[in-house]
Amino acid sequence: MNKRNIIVLIGGILFGFGLSYSGMTKQEIVLSFLKLEDLGLIFVLGGAALVTAFAINVLAKYQKKPVLGGEFKPRRGILSWKTIIGAVIFGIGWGISGQCPGSAVASLGTGNLPVLLGIFAMFIGAYLKERLES
Amino acid sequence: MFPLGIEPYLLGGLIVGIGVSLIYLVTGLHATQSSFFTTTLSWFSKRKNFQKDSNIKQRGWRLTLATGLVIGAFIHTLTLSPTGFWTTSVQLWRLILGGLLVGFGTRLSSGCTSGHGISGLASLSKTSLYSVIVFMGVGIVTASIVNMLGVSP
Repeated sequence: MNKRNIIVLIGGILFGFGLSYSGMTKQEIVLSFLKLEDLGLIFVLGGAALVTAFAINVLAKYQKKPVLGGEFKPRRGILSWKTIIGAVIFGIGWGISGQCPGSAVASLGTGNLPVLLGIFAMFIGAYLKERLES
Repeated sequence: MFPLGIEPYLLGGLIVGIGVSLIYLVTGLHATQSSFFTTTLSWFSKRKNFQKDSNIKQRGWRLTLATGLVIGAFIHTLTLSPTGFWTTSVQLWRLILGGLLVGFGTRLSSGCTSGHGISGLASLSKTSLYSVIVFMGVGIVTASIVNMLGVSP
């Protein structure tokens, strides 16, 4: 494995550990947020976004270049109807199942095998999107 | 509002943020999730949309990231988890139907809870801010309707 992928793996392990620590790998806990019974998810998203905002907007400015070379590019998407309609469709799926891509994949590591069906369905959904667009 | 307390949520979120930041500062990559589905499909589909250079270039590290997520959650479950290994009681039809919409919607929107929610908001992207407001609002309405129809958990 090259250096880049080793770092991606270590970062991914932290990511997955944090998702499991925060309970986001449990669809029931995500659903309890969406039913407004337990608002903890805001702290997960907020905490992760704040740390990352510090890295992107402060640390990266000092560092100038990624350690392994290349350049820093903040993540800026173009706003279009696709972004918004996609977010609506994602929201419906999230509300039905309590799954989102990262938490579903991490959930496999907690022994939650039924979520394999959900992940398989996400692949089908991603496939259908490209089929419709071509 | 916080029956389980705030600590696991906040600390978990900070750990997620450290992982995402480490990857960004060392490699310049945004550790976002939903593209994983499209880039992984490039191993299975010959269609042009999947065989784009950007998909081929990213598929290796994106699979590595997904593997890391599984290992990280596995380590937590073995060590600090109060409940240990665990299986959801959400009905399979909901996992499948929800999964289809999540896969389609996140790709159409070019982002999910991590892409728009973490990396996008952290990059101060307005596109991501609007997306997060929309998927969170729609998610809350949908989950509440499902709950009102008597479907639980």
